Amino acid sequence: MDRRNFLKAIALAGVAITVKQSGAMTLMSQKFNAPAPGKDVDLVAVMGGEPVAMFRKGITEIGGMGKFVKKGQKVVIKPNIGWDKVPELAGNTNPELIGEIVRQCIKAGAKEVVVFDHTCDDWRKCYKNSGIEDAVRDAGGKMVPAHEESYYTEVDLPKGISLKKTKIHQAILDSDVWINVPVLKNHGGAKMSISMKNHMGIVWDRGYFHKNDLQQCIADICTLNKPAVLNVVDSYRMMKTNGPRGKSEADVVLAKALFLSQDIVAVDTAATNFFNQMREMPLNSVTHISKAEELKIGTMNLESLNIKRIKL
Amino acid sequence: MLRKIRIGLSVVLFVLITFFFLDFAEILPPQFHVLTKIQFIPALLALEIGIIIALIAFTLLFGRVYCSSICPLGIYQDFVNWFSKKTQKKKRFQYLHPLTLLRWSIVAITLIAFLAGFNFLVGLLDPYSAYGRISVHIFKPAYLAGNNLLESIFTRFDNHTFYRMSIYVLSISSLIIALITVATVSVLAWINGRIYCNSICPVGTVLGFLSKYSLFKIRIDESTCNSCGSCGRKCKASCIDTKLHKIDYSRCINCFDCIEVCSQDSISFSYSIANKTSNKTVDTSKRRFMMAVGVTTLAAGKLIADKNLNLLETANKAERKLPISPPGSLSHKNLLNKCTSCHLCVSKCPSGVIKPSFLEYGIAGMMQPMLYFDKGFCNYDCTICSEVCPTGAISHIDKNTKHQTQTGQVQFILENCIVYTDETHCGACSEHCPTQAVSMVPYKNGLTIPHTDISICVGCGGCEFICPAKPYKAIYVEGIDKHEKLTIVKEEKDESVVVDDFGF
Repeated sequence: MDRRNFLKAIALAGVAITVKQSGAMTLMSQKFNAPAPGKDVDLVAVMGGEPVAMFRKGITEIGGMGKFVKKGQKVVIKPNIGWDKVPELAGNTNPELIGEIVRQCIKAGAKEVVVFDHTCDDWRKCYKNSGIEDAVRDAGGKMVPAHEESYYTEVDLPKGISLKKTKIHQAILDSDVWINVPVLKNHGGAKMSISMKNHMGIVWDRGYFHKNDLQQCIADICTLNKPAVLNVVDSYRMMKTNGPRGKSEADVVLAKALFLSQDIVAVDTAATNFFNQMREMPLNSVTHISKAEELKIGTMNLESLNIKRIKL
Repeated sequence: MLRKIRIGLSVVLFVLITFFFLDFAEILPPQFHVLTKIQFIPALLALEIGIIIALIAFTLLFGRVYCSSICPLGIYQDFVNWFSKKTQKKKRFQYLHPLTLLRWSIVAITLIAFLAGFNFLVGLLDPYSAYGRISVHIFKPAYLAGNNLLESIFTRFDNHTFYRMSIYVLSISSLIIALITVATVSVLAWINGRIYCNSICPVGTVLGFLSKYSLFKIRIDESTCNSCGSCGRKCKASCIDTKLHKIDYSRCINCFDCIEVCSQDSISFSYSIANKTSNKTVDTSKRRFMMAVGVTTLAAGKLIADKNLNLLETANKAERKLPISPPGSLSHKNLLNKCTSCHLCVSKCPSGVIKPSFLEYGIAGMMQPMLYFDKGFCNYDCTICSEVCPTGAISHIDKNTKHQTQTGQVQFILENCIVYTDETHCGACSEHCPTQAVSMVPYKNGLTIPHTDISICVGCGGCEFICPAKPYKAIYVEGIDKHEKLTIVKEEKDESVVVDDFGF
């Protein structure tokens, strides 16, 4: 470790400590920050329902799909389809949720809805066994492949620190808007896999991330000048341990929750706090979130946000 | 009529088996592997008694039906021959003397080599396997290129029916062998029809021997024959001696072309009644066979491979000392004894992790399949290679058996690990590990570092494939010559976790 990295780490640790305190504050003051009437909701958290019901409730509260998807637009939905796993194992985003999002986009007037992920396992098996391919097709969307480098185009990330440029999937670049739909998971390397980590499925060269400070690169990729118009964190089934791949159903908790926000840092902060209830995961250990806040991508200060909490 | 049936059957089987080899998109279900299991050498090696008996019985009844309609390399030669006739209208065959000594010598050498554990020759000469390699190494790249062309056209119109596939050389040695095979077979077929089947192919020789005694044979009725000789000119096996009105049944591959061409209807495919003009050929061939056996016994010793090929050991360099054989292959020994290197597994592997070996298994095992993790890693739940293997070299295993099979063992080289060298988070290896044989344990500064437990490693290579460390990987899978059975501890689901708050 060189001096610069050391200093950076010290600085981050400082930030993280502050963050932890503010996290506690939000927990305590939760009753007092009910959304002000008439003001836009920044973050919606829904609990206790089925995937489709929770999404319907959540999207209505945050302003309806029409707020994000306009008539005639090309929409990309980016779930996590990383693994050749059935939905019960929670390795991938819930297929029912993806199906519902596709339907709502089409209802909002989207010209086309495209879904893809740069998978870890064989992409054909992932698309099929996750149930997402079928759900998307039935909902009227289109799955596109992402397994070859030629589907990706290099993009500059001037605000990135470790990651200055990377190849991004053409579908994202060609779209009018894209919706980021990760599944909430424990992650052996990045600690947590949520909305920001889900960006590793829109890039070609993930090895670069791992080689060049994974946490910083995850924050850097979120400086992409075409951020997701909405982040929807699926936590219907949540992988508590052995993530991101998981070994068996023993790793999965039926958490029945969903988080929606345009602020990627806020939604990942909220989701990490939620995860922390089931398995200790202090926010300061998930350093890509604080690094993203430093890059002014969003805020970890949930107190400053207008949050709507709904239990079904 | 018989000729039409033969052509119809052979074209259908040929197209299906070829497509089965090329079909990366899994359009044909894996059950079509039955086309490969009915092949003679694979059935012998897999000890598929039913299929062996059926093939032998068929030959004893009708002659070399296998050669005319089932063997893909045989049918391929018919295609070449057909094209050659399109370009040379006056192409004619003529009776050739049998190359009995050459034929039986090849059989003897192959057999002895096989018994001595040197299976390479069987694989090299088995016509099905040779055709398999031609399909995988020569036809498939062309098929993929065609697919990619269609993909670029369709995608332009926003249609994603096709998807791109990368094209690369899997193994230079296997490609060269496939090229030499296809060149040899094609040239011989272009010039002289089925000469390869009747001089080199050991399966042709053995089935030819059996078909001498077959019940149904091509027969020339000398009383009506006007000795025009057109049957002999048409015979792509060059086995009709029109002057003597004799057919060398050891070479007749039952194409029935002669029946069709005979203007006098003097040629029939019929049941033999008496008139057994047993000539001496049977005896001489036996004698020659025995002689060849004797000669080659001496020669074979030299051919037996020795697989002690120790690769240089460089510090920090993740290099396998032993190759990893596909799950289901049980051991290197089993693979060596049974695999004919048809490369169906290589072609069918959806993750592209099987490639033909060079000298990793020794010379005897050249071209046999091994796992490598440059393009991907072995999917935890996939058993396709074991389903399609026709020889039993990769025995059929189900998902659960696969989960309990160790094909290799994970090795961690701390000095190469990103977490150690750069002190940043990584965990890519553990992320890909299906059993958590690689798990992330606390290191320092809140970092976690890989920890390996070879007792639960299946050897899938996920860790090795994804490890970003350069130039040398920090984690790799070492091969083992005999697969181990793993015991999987089933974890109980912890139901005590109740979430009823948001936590923020």
